[in-house]
Amino acid sequence: MGNPMKIRAAAKDGVTEVKVLISHEMETGQRKDANGAVIPAWFITELVAKHGDKVVLQSEFGTAVSKNPYLAFKFKGGAKGDKVSVSWKDNKGDSRTDEAVVN
Amino acid sequence: MRHTFTILLAGFACGLLSGTAAASSEMDAIAKYRELLADGNPSELVAAQGEELWKTKRGPQQASLERCDLGLGPGVIKGAYAKMPRYFKDTGRVQDLESRLMTCMENLQGIEPKSIVDGKFLKGEREKVAALVAYVVTESNGARIDVDMRHPEMKKMYEMGKMAFYFRAGPMDFSCATCHGEEGKRIRMQDLPDLRTQKGAAAGWGSWPAYRVSNGEFWTMQHRLNDCFRQQRLPEPIYGSDVTIALSVYLAATAKGGTMLTPGIKR
Repeated sequence: MGNPMKIRAAAKDGVTEVKVLISHEMETGQRKDANGAVIPAWFITELVAKHGDKVVLQSEFGTAVSKNPYLAFKFKGGAKGDKVSVSWKDNKGDSRTDEAVVN
Repeated sequence: MRHTFTILLAGFACGLLSGTAAASSEMDAIAKYRELLADGNPSELVAAQGEELWKTKRGPQQASLERCDLGLGPGVIKGAYAKMPRYFKDTGRVQDLESRLMTCMENLQGIEPKSIVDGKFLKGEREKVAALVAYVVTESNGARIDVDMRHPEMKKMYEMGKMAFYFRAGPMDFSCATCHGEEGKRIRMQDLPDLRTQKGAAAGWGSWPAYRVSNGEFWTMQHRLNDCFRQQRLPEPIYGSDVTIALSVYLAATAKGGTMLTPGIKR
């Protein structure tokens, strides 16, 4: 159970823009710590965004994505008061879902 | 011939647009890159942790920091950072945000300042202070930088900070002014503001503490100053020591009237 995401969603002219700030270490597994030991890989593998029950974005993440990733995307439809949810899974089996209301 | 003509034309256009001959598209591109970064400032995540810490009962005395006085009265955070560092009557000294938070943590929660002063950046209690800093400075975003310089202790600190700013030392004989005492310098993609001027100091003081995208770390002002000392190959200053607060007073006083854009975002 990671830290909460920050999600903002705004609808304009039938298009909803979603901005998500995700709190995650996104460790590549290629770095070493001060003692020379490899820091184990720990990153988001999958991210899904839904508008209500409908999937609007499905993506595979990898080690090339930065720490605390920022994701912005638009989808057609959506109106003020609708719910948008974003969930991720990481390679350690952890997952998290957060919700936001479109304004 | 045609080549010369193009260059002349380009030179003319630049002069016309900006009034300076040295306007470069390179800097425009960097500015645009920064603008893109600023859209999703991960400082928000740190600030959210800080807000929770502020309200959580912690330490031997199981208290929250909600009665912490940052200068505008107990518990008032809005705009408090824009007026810091300041002279605090209860402690009888000039304090920056981080040393003030240590005072609050000691008095309200019973957390020993020693564990923070002797600690490491981004670790343990010092990391918690950084999260609190993120929360507090976010509440001063957009405020006018307005430090109260009337108290003699503030004036003393200002003079000390100024002295430290120009003090050349270390194996490379550097002072802060070596890099920050001239207009238009930069290191790689980072502009180096001329901190002697109001404009430069406002750009510098007003955009720290900040999140650094390149290493994914949130840096407080103490962390920033500590690294300036390191870059000059000087011994690290003690966390929250007078010299670091004095430098902050010098910067904040010079930046007076500027706008707080905290927390900043850096490459």
